[in-house]
Amino acid sequence: MALGCSFLGVFLVLRRFSLIGDGLAHVSFATVAIGLLLRAQPMVVSIPLVGLASLVILKLNEKARVYGDAAIGLVSSFGIALGVIIASTAGGFNVDLFSYLFGNILSVSSFEVWMTAVISLLVALAIVLFFHDLFAITFDEEYAYVSGIKVKMVNKILILLTSLIVVLGIKIVGTMLVSSLIILPAVSALQIVKSFRATIAIAGVFAVISVIIGIFASYVLNLPSGATIVMINFIFFIAAFLYGRIK
Amino acid sequence: MSIIEVKNLTVKYRGIEALSGVSFEAHTADYIGIVGPNGSGKTTLIKALLELVPYEGKICFSGRDLSLFTKEKHIGYLPQKMSFLDQRFPATAKEIVVSGVYCCKKFPKHLSQDDYRAAEEAMGILGISNLKGRPIGRLSGGQQQRVLLARALVHRPEILILDEPTIALDPQSRQAFYETVQKLNKENKVTVLLVSHDIGSVGKYASKLLYLDRQLIFYGTFEEFCKSPEMTDYFGAGQHNICHRH
Repeated sequence: MALGCSFLGVFLVLRRFSLIGDGLAHVSFATVAIGLLLRAQPMVVSIPLVGLASLVILKLNEKARVYGDAAIGLVSSFGIALGVIIASTAGGFNVDLFSYLFGNILSVSSFEVWMTAVISLLVALAIVLFFHDLFAITFDEEYAYVSGIKVKMVNKILILLTSLIVVLGIKIVGTMLVSSLIILPAVSALQIVKSFRATIAIAGVFAVISVIIGIFASYVLNLPSGATIVMINFIFFIAAFLYGRIK
Repeated sequence: MSIIEVKNLTVKYRGIEALSGVSFEAHTADYIGIVGPNGSGKTTLIKALLELVPYEGKICFSGRDLSLFTKEKHIGYLPQKMSFLDQRFPATAKEIVVSGVYCCKKFPKHLSQDDYRAAEEAMGILGISNLKGRPIGRLSGGQQQRVLLARALVHRPEILILDEPTIALDPQSRQAFYETVQKLNKENKVTVLLVSHDIGSVGKYASKLLYLDRQLIFYGTFEEFCKSPEMTDYFGAGQHNICHRH
């Protein structure tokens, strides 16, 4: 999952769409509330609904003349508001819902582990298959279109993969912090690397190592796992930033 | 047969005509300079030829309607560089150039050694082989423009469409760029459509001029332009200045 976040993060950051992870995570707050209300697996409810929200953001951006960041803000605030309304009116599951705000890797069920493994593989496969198309639209969308690449379809795939990876991330780091798993490894890699393939590889390395160290450190220091993973990522960013400056 | 045939082309943006009733034909190895004042529809014409904007009228390439023509395989395109290039983008010159072969690849795209060889060859033709490992953002404006031209050439297109390619270049780089394009046109028989606001410079290299001002004002050789009484009426003393620079 960390690899998926970091790979997608490189494309999203370079396309100035990095906050989409944040927006979709806020939507997932509402979808988790719906899942708990219906006594269903929150992840199963969240996958289609967050995917739908991602397509709404894309459509708002393309058709309704709403800027990308405004489209994210619009859908994101709707998600939070809906989540809060469901939580306050339904009652009884506030504790469960609020555990999704900051995540807890130790509470992941075996069903969720399998879901995460399967979906992460699907995301990785999609990135491999569409790597060149994603590179082309990230560097120059107009040229990509002229080159015969189906830009709208590739954009949809990118945003749907992002929605999947966000849903997987909420149980581990929570809705408040999942976007950091998308943004931070990519931004850190961009500080030190000059080629595209190397940026993807280094972002992946940062993401995986930060999750491993974060889980280990949270266990040893008795800290929340999600927040510790993000802090490790942030330390990597500072180190990469300083290295980039002195190099 | 014409390689490009445009009949009665009209492009509207939100109901306002940006181009109206433009018709012209181009033949293999023509070098057409598309000129005109700001807002005259030069870039709009290019975008219509590339199907980037909706249009009315007819556009044919090699006798086939644009909608049926695999333009990506036959056209090399150099967009206005400054409009999109992110100076911090993490890609080397070679990564950018080789992306020019994506047009000829089926899903899932896979790059072969031949593709990388083609990229190196294109960079060699443009004299930028030494830049292949350098990040695109660390190159000068002229070098970046050559990288993007190499990307447009890597799949050996028959038609090259260049949109204001020299706008950010110093005079020396500008002349070198025009000479490179002219060499491709003369030696490789590539048909060139080059948009510029600088009619004098384009006139030095192009075999034909296409002057737009939301409609077609003139289409013909530079000599015809200079001898045309209609152009004397249209430009007044301006025609003499343009022809004198040529």
